[in-house]
Amino acid sequence: MRYSGLKVLAEGLRGGAGWRPFWRKAAPAAEYDAIVIGGGGHGLATAYYLAREHGLARVAVLEKGWVGSGNVGRNTTIVRATYMMPGNQEFYSTSLKMWESLAQDLNFNLMYSPRGLLMLFHSDGQRDAFARRGNAMLIQGDDAQLLDREALRALVPYLDYDQARFPVQGALLHPRGGTVRHDAVAWAYARAADARGVDIIENCEVTGFDLADGRISGVQTTRGAIRAGRVGMAVAGRSGELAGRAGFRLPVESHVLQAFVTEGLKPFVHHVISFGMGHFYISQSDKGGLVFGGDIDFYPSYAQRGNLPMAEHVMEAAMTLMPAIGRARVLRNWGGIMDMTPDGSPIIDRSPIEGLFLNTGWNYGGFKAIPASGLAFAHLIATGAPHPIAARFRLDRFNTGALIDEEGTGATHHLH
Amino acid sequence: MRLICPNCGPRDRREFSWIGAASLLDRPAPGGDFVAWLHLRDNPAGPLEELWLHEAGCGALLRASRDTRTHALAPLTLAGGAR
Repeated sequence: MRYSGLKVLAEGLRGGAGWRPFWRKAAPAAEYDAIVIGGGGHGLATAYYLAREHGLARVAVLEKGWVGSGNVGRNTTIVRATYMMPGNQEFYSTSLKMWESLAQDLNFNLMYSPRGLLMLFHSDGQRDAFARRGNAMLIQGDDAQLLDREALRALVPYLDYDQARFPVQGALLHPRGGTVRHDAVAWAYARAADARGVDIIENCEVTGFDLADGRISGVQTTRGAIRAGRVGMAVAGRSGELAGRAGFRLPVESHVLQAFVTEGLKPFVHHVISFGMGHFYISQSDKGGLVFGGDIDFYPSYAQRGNLPMAEHVMEAAMTLMPAIGRARVLRNWGGIMDMTPDGSPIIDRSPIEGLFLNTGWNYGGFKAIPASGLAFAHLIATGAPHPIAARFRLDRFNTGALIDEEGTGATHHLH
Repeated sequence: MRLICPNCGPRDRREFSWIGAASLLDRPAPGGDFVAWLHLRDNPAGPLEELWLHEAGCGALLRASRDTRTHALAPLTLAGGAR
């Protein structure tokens, strides 16, 4: 037992001198069985499942910055399984089930909080669409409940139900949806992977790929060349850039997605709530800050900061739905760079290069996907065959037309 | 962000809609690689040739060169060329 009340007390008396880092500062070896590029949630989870499920002894995670410095710490921490399209359904359902036991699995307090997710509807048509979505979720084996206005009011009395433009008519409740502490997810996977012998190599940027006859034999990095016959890319918004270094293009555009957090308030938002008539969703963190976000800025960006029109839209939506929070001051806002695919669904597949695998296109939904993505990507890297839960996340679906078009807007880059 | 429209001068970003990479103008000949044209992108972290529609202004389709890291933006030109 590494942690106990007694240990906390003892370390408190000796200035914490006995605490040890969660993972080694590994230096790159000359060769690995498999390399995972990207030390975020997806990359670390992949390395962990490569070691745990597939018994790979020599696995490295190459991280350009430090562990958890990317999008795993730049999101709104929401987990849910509210999807309707085959492909997404089984995948996110698996992911949510994994979240439920992940803290025990990794022996790390992830502060998983299944507080319930409320998707509001504001018209008869939207109610019918959510009823259909809820049925799809039930058939998949997840939970969903259609609430009318009065049932919703009993749960969340503080919404502006009667405002003239977008009156709240009810909500689809997904009781098992909720939040997870995002930084802890990165740390927990890093520690668990490290304990299974994975080398986590920080400050190590991949600058090129060693390719011959359409096969990969290793990578060039800022810390020297590293050989490996199997390399997986899990670099979120930087996927396009890295694919360019390997000599191919992806159906991906990188866009910025903004989020905001207010000063700490006493607990009053006890659910995750999404507005149905504008881009706004909100939850309250354990520190008390209201965490909310909106839509992408709708033009490609690597700037990691958002534009003011979208910030204004989010604030307007907040005031429309919840005037009560109008006096809360926004402490921080940030923008994460998302790899957006034309149909809004991810890609876990082989690349055009033998031995190089892709984990990309997470759009708005990367955080909640972490456990299942790691499991499925590790399976693909280890066996060369897709995991059943991710078999539809194919790179060639824009060729074949087998889209996973959750939003119903078609394979259109500028709509996602 | 302000975009400088060749017809209207400097205007707020909200008057414009982003249409896509300027490679959309290079439509393949019949039988060409339409999948790549529609879906694959260079997606550079740096200068990007792109198209904006001045939707709430003159309605012109405009071509821009914008740095995706800084959003530094030269004056836009008419995508169809000057007439």
